[in-house]
Amino acid sequence: MKQLKLLPVALLLAAPLLQAAPLDAGKSQINFTMKQLNVPVTGSFKKFSGNVVLDLKKPEAGKADISIDTASISLPTAEAVGEAKKPDWFNVAKFPAARFVSSSIKSLGGGKLQVAGKLTIKGTSRDVSAPFTAHQEGGLTVVEGVLPVSRLAYKIGEGDWADTGTVADEVQIKFKVAVPAGK
Amino acid sequence: MKSSERYSAPAIALHWLIAGLIIATFIWGLVVSGMPLSPAKFKYIAWHKWAGISVLALVVVRLLVRVLKRPPELPAHMGPMERLLAHGGHLALYVLMFAVPLTGWLMSSAYGFPVVLFKLVQLPDLVAQDEQLAATLKTVHEALNWIMAACVAGHVLAAVKHHVIDKDGMLFRMSLRQPRQ
Repeated sequence: MKQLKLLPVALLLAAPLLQAAPLDAGKSQINFTMKQLNVPVTGSFKKFSGNVVLDLKKPEAGKADISIDTASISLPTAEAVGEAKKPDWFNVAKFPAARFVSSSIKSLGGGKLQVAGKLTIKGTSRDVSAPFTAHQEGGLTVVEGVLPVSRLAYKIGEGDWADTGTVADEVQIKFKVAVPAGK
Repeated sequence: MKSSERYSAPAIALHWLIAGLIIATFIWGLVVSGMPLSPAKFKYIAWHKWAGISVLALVVVRLLVRVLKRPPELPAHMGPMERLLAHGGHLALYVLMFAVPLTGWLMSSAYGFPVVLFKLVQLPDLVAQDEQLAATLKTVHEALNWIMAACVAGHVLAAVKHHVIDKDGMLFRMSLRQPRQ
């Protein structure tokens, strides 16, 4: 009986966590652009999921945890997609998921947020941080931003592909994450 | 042979420069298209594109030169059919010198691998990304290349035929060195 009485209290404590909403995959996008001999090549990940808590009035309390299905990678040609799944690149057989978990969200004012967190790709975790913008749009909170990462830091493109003279080290990951706006 | 029977110096220089580039780019394209994906392939495809776009730019200049400095008259001994064939052949070569690089540029756009000339200048995409369209354009690009190869072979054979069989000094019209009077 004692436990039962505590239940409302537990629920109350859990309430902020309950606002964590699954992102709207249909309205979200994860694209990336890399450069090979200065030729911009754009790809994307078609399958990803995650939970995001974000109250634009209180962004500091926000949290994001996004998991990306590496096998859902899309590139301009089927040949490139096949290559990207190989061990030298994403090694999707061994590392089927990449993950971003936020550690802090700070308001920069004017709808801008500095989002920091841990990005794990191919078994390697790195602290990353980038400015994002957030706005409300038809019942959704949309967070957008570009996160520049070093592909070599994650061993993406090993062997011959490690040569940055052909494929540049910096890859721009473009996030557009839409979550149902709270309340 | 009078100098008026020769092509102008810029036309001659452009002819040989473009001829060399076309042959090299053609062979290079054949080699690269058979390669498996690798950093080297990325590099070689980029070179192929740079060479192709260079041909396109040079052909524009060459066409201007042709308009400003008319080519010498065809030899008097040629009959109407021969003349028709000669003009038709040259017209086909000019059309192909535009069409081959343009279809290459188009397929690059359609594939989503834009052309960045000499790593410096990104050319605008001519069509939106579309893998199916890209595959079609690739087929067209390849077909046009083989048609061009046939036209170039015909062009060379015709020039040699004029020079050796008709003995009309045809090759001197386009030779890099002025023949002795």
